[in-house]
Amino acid sequence: MNSLVLLMLLPIIGSIAVAATPKTKEVLSKQVALATTVIVAIATIAMAMNFQRDNVDLQFVEKYSWIPTFGINFSVGVDGLALVLILMSTILAPIVVLSGWNEAHGGRWSVKTFYILILVLETMMIGVFAATDVFLFYVIFEAMLIPVYFLIGGYGTGERSAAAVKFLIYSLFGGLLMLASIIALYVMSGAQGGHTFDLQALSQLEMSSTTQNFLFLGFFIAFAIKAPLWPLHTWLPDAASSATPGTSVLLLGVLDKVGTFGMIRYCLTLFPEASKTFTPLIMVLAVISIVYGAILAIGQKDLKRLIAFTSISHFGFITMGIFAMTSQGHSGATLYMFNHGFSTAALFIVGGWMIARRGSSTIADFGGLQRVTPVMAWSFFLAGMSSLALPGLSSFVSEFLVLVGTFTRYPVHAVIATFGIVLAALYILIPVQKALHGPTTPGNEGLSDLNLREKVAIAPVMAIIIALGFYPASLLNVINPASAHVIAQMGFTDPAPTNGDK
Amino acid sequence: MEFSSPVLNYTLLSPMLILLGGAIIGVLVEAFMSKALRPITQLSVTLGSLVLALVQVWRIRNEKSLSAAMGSVVIDGPAVLMQASILIISLISVLLIADAQQFTALAAALPGSEEERHALQSGNQVTEVYPLTLFAVAGMMLFPVSSDLITLFVALEVLSLPLYLMAGLSRRRRLASQEAALKYFLLGAFSSAFFLFGAAFLYGYSSSITFTGIRNAVVGGGGNDVFLLIGIAFLSVGLLFKVGAVPFHAWSPDVYQGAPTPVTAFMAAATKVAAFGAMLRIYYTVFANAQWSWSPMLTIIAIITMVFGSLVAIAQRDVKRMLAYSSIAHAGFLLTGVIALNKAGLEASLFYLFAYGITTVGAFAIVTLVRDSAGEVTDLNRWKGLGKRSPWVAIAFATFLLSFAGIPLTSGFIGKFSIFSAAYESGATSVVIAGVLSSAIAAFFYVRVIVLMFFTDPIEDGTSVEIPSSLTSIAVIFSMIVTIALGVFPAPILDFISNLATFIR
Repeated sequence: MNSLVLLMLLPIIGSIAVAATPKTKEVLSKQVALATTVIVAIATIAMAMNFQRDNVDLQFVEKYSWIPTFGINFSVGVDGLALVLILMSTILAPIVVLSGWNEAHGGRWSVKTFYILILVLETMMIGVFAATDVFLFYVIFEAMLIPVYFLIGGYGTGERSAAAVKFLIYSLFGGLLMLASIIALYVMSGAQGGHTFDLQALSQLEMSSTTQNFLFLGFFIAFAIKAPLWPLHTWLPDAASSATPGTSVLLLGVLDKVGTFGMIRYCLTLFPEASKTFTPLIMVLAVISIVYGAILAIGQKDLKRLIAFTSISHFGFITMGIFAMTSQGHSGATLYMFNHGFSTAALFIVGGWMIARRGSSTIADFGGLQRVTPVMAWSFFLAGMSSLALPGLSSFVSEFLVLVGTFTRYPVHAVIATFGIVLAALYILIPVQKALHGPTTPGNEGLSDLNLREKVAIAPVMAIIIALGFYPASLLNVINPASAHVIAQMGFTDPAPTNGDK
Repeated sequence: MEFSSPVLNYTLLSPMLILLGGAIIGVLVEAFMSKALRPITQLSVTLGSLVLALVQVWRIRNEKSLSAAMGSVVIDGPAVLMQASILIISLISVLLIADAQQFTALAAALPGSEEERHALQSGNQVTEVYPLTLFAVAGMMLFPVSSDLITLFVALEVLSLPLYLMAGLSRRRRLASQEAALKYFLLGAFSSAFFLFGAAFLYGYSSSITFTGIRNAVVGGGGNDVFLLIGIAFLSVGLLFKVGAVPFHAWSPDVYQGAPTPVTAFMAAATKVAAFGAMLRIYYTVFANAQWSWSPMLTIIAIITMVFGSLVAIAQRDVKRMLAYSSIAHAGFLLTGVIALNKAGLEASLFYLFAYGITTVGAFAIVTLVRDSAGEVTDLNRWKGLGKRSPWVAIAFATFLLSFAGIPLTSGFIGKFSIFSAAYESGATSVVIAGVLSSAIAAFFYVRVIVLMFFTDPIEDGTSVEIPSSLTSIAVIFSMIVTIALGVFPAPILDFISNLATFIR
């Protein structure tokens, strides 16, 4: 089965099945949702096996006419970059369902609705990475806000509705700027050989550098809000700390990747010249994000907010890798997107279990968990180590590639960014020490350790983190050709490595 | 002097004639029918005339004629599309008007008088709203197909006068309703005067009252340009008043709020189609060659209108007033279609008008359902937790709001996309940027209502959701289907519009 459209249809069918389950049988709707996501994950892995690694063209291409009046097609296809991200999304989905088995119970609406929203979101997550028609991409980009909005506002905790609104308004604002750019592209394509939204055709458009700069900004701001890049990040900590752990995993792990994915797929491809013009500025913003996110993470007292700020730092690394314009940087950034998905998932999922057991998300309320709940504590420890990019775990490879790729062209940026790694050690080790080690805080003695379901849910995440730490080539073989292709298209060649003996 | 008898093409005029005939039958029914049978008869006559007229419009869809009525009426593709939109919107609005609870039993009685109470108690409900609706619809149908200034003015009055009356028919809050009617009437009269003044100047400029004559004068040049400019300016004031553009918008929040909600729905949706229809025809055909005389002015008005409407809507605490300001903002978006002055702009405007009209009726239909013992509850604070109490009603309203906000997969998005891309194509970049930014502002207050409905807990104050009558349900379900269908599969409608949307001159 090599059809992306069918893959997108599967979760929709699952959501209809969930909708058909009776409201009283909550377990049944969970089981249907889990079965659907597992099937989708297996189907995606099967497709990935059929992917031709060395072919830089789009694969699994499908195209159907949608709104011919405007030249809009429902066209999908993947390259190495999109494939990796779709793979990440569909593997994360069943993990989210299984790990958050009970998290829909505190919501405003039924458990059933929660899983319908998750499954609809999964369809859109596949679609947003697979779309090769800019209009289709935009439609999914905006439409996927709605299920997330209801997931945060309906099932979150604390100031959930305010956080949901902040998230939605930020994203809508960015999306509308992108819409203005898309309209301009569409009109220009009409003047240069017929209205179209085909990504390939649009990248051939001729436009003045001023136009290109403005249109680039329209896209880039939308993606920088999504990603999120300093100073457009303020919605993220609120959203992440209010959402359920599962929703946070999808939000930070998958949705935010649409931002960095969009920078490569749309900003660089459509506006190569403008990308070069803005690179110095973006590199500075990326470095600020790395350091700023890390410093703020150190100061957080709330576990979920801490994880959110670490992500801002990580997205700084990804953005830096993208705009370093070297093939190592690009490969590193793509691999980073994948790895960040799993290490953040691990942090949020295990952190979520800790919070649910303790009934508080304040780090100071934990303490000595190592003694009471060893499996949970070790899981959190491993997730933290992955987040700080310990060698031997997956994030190390990608962070290293990004820094190496950046250093050859922007040594100063790379050096400052390296401090981010030092800070990362602080922001992870401090909560690890406070929460896991030391004497057991009174009130925590009775906490229960992970049960079988939770172990099954977290095991694949840990397996991937470790496996990719030792053997990243399995993914890099898919990513490298795509990265090299993008860099070559931009007209860059990798600079010769600086020789230390010089 | 020799008189020639007028030549009328009855086939082309038949949709309007059917409606006027239906309206007259309605008046007779009102006068002679027993009161038990009156409501159902009136409803059947009204719906019947609208359906017949729609069938007739469909049959003449490929006709093109400048001389349907001695050069006073023009029938072409856009005319057919506008008339069909008006009829469809009116049909679903009438389904709401059929709710007698909304209307005063005896409009002629003083508010709070013994007479009024008596009429209410005896169940002696008058049903004059039906023929009034039909008269208004007939006027709206004529407005965008008029091709001389006199017919245009007559159509304007035919559509306006019944609306002034209908605005005052509310059963609850009679005084507010009458105030709305009076305000609407007075300001409407002012704008009519401006309109006539402009028409007089255009006649002075071109010594013709027909669109063709004025157009030829504009193309030929040589007339007194001051007369032309004054003419365009004053005529525009009259038209901008009807569409509710800033600074001629002051009436609309009060009237929207005071009028019975079904009338507000009808007025907000159908009047916009008619008024923008006429505007499009006039600017695209008559004044097209004087583009530089009006385009900068309309650009500024469009920008002010959308920004003002979106900003002020944020501060509203009443759902009807909020929808009124939202409709002002949408008038601004629609003006970008007029400014575009190209075929894409015309097609986009026609699509937008239809999509927006249907969504508007749907949204007001929901407003009629949320009530307490004293009638409709329009205070937004009391809509809290609606999603908990009546999820389907809240979901429907959220869908309409998302469409207003222009979220993809709703008709509002396709409308916004097409109208902005047409404006951009014509070089009106500033309007597009203002439009995009005010869409972002507007999204804020639409979202706020969704938050109120879904993310806050209900307060127990007797607010409840009426179980919708079957007619109201049909209106809501139809609007919802259209709103989503036009967002997901707009291609057939867009093609249909594209084939027809060419003005003949």
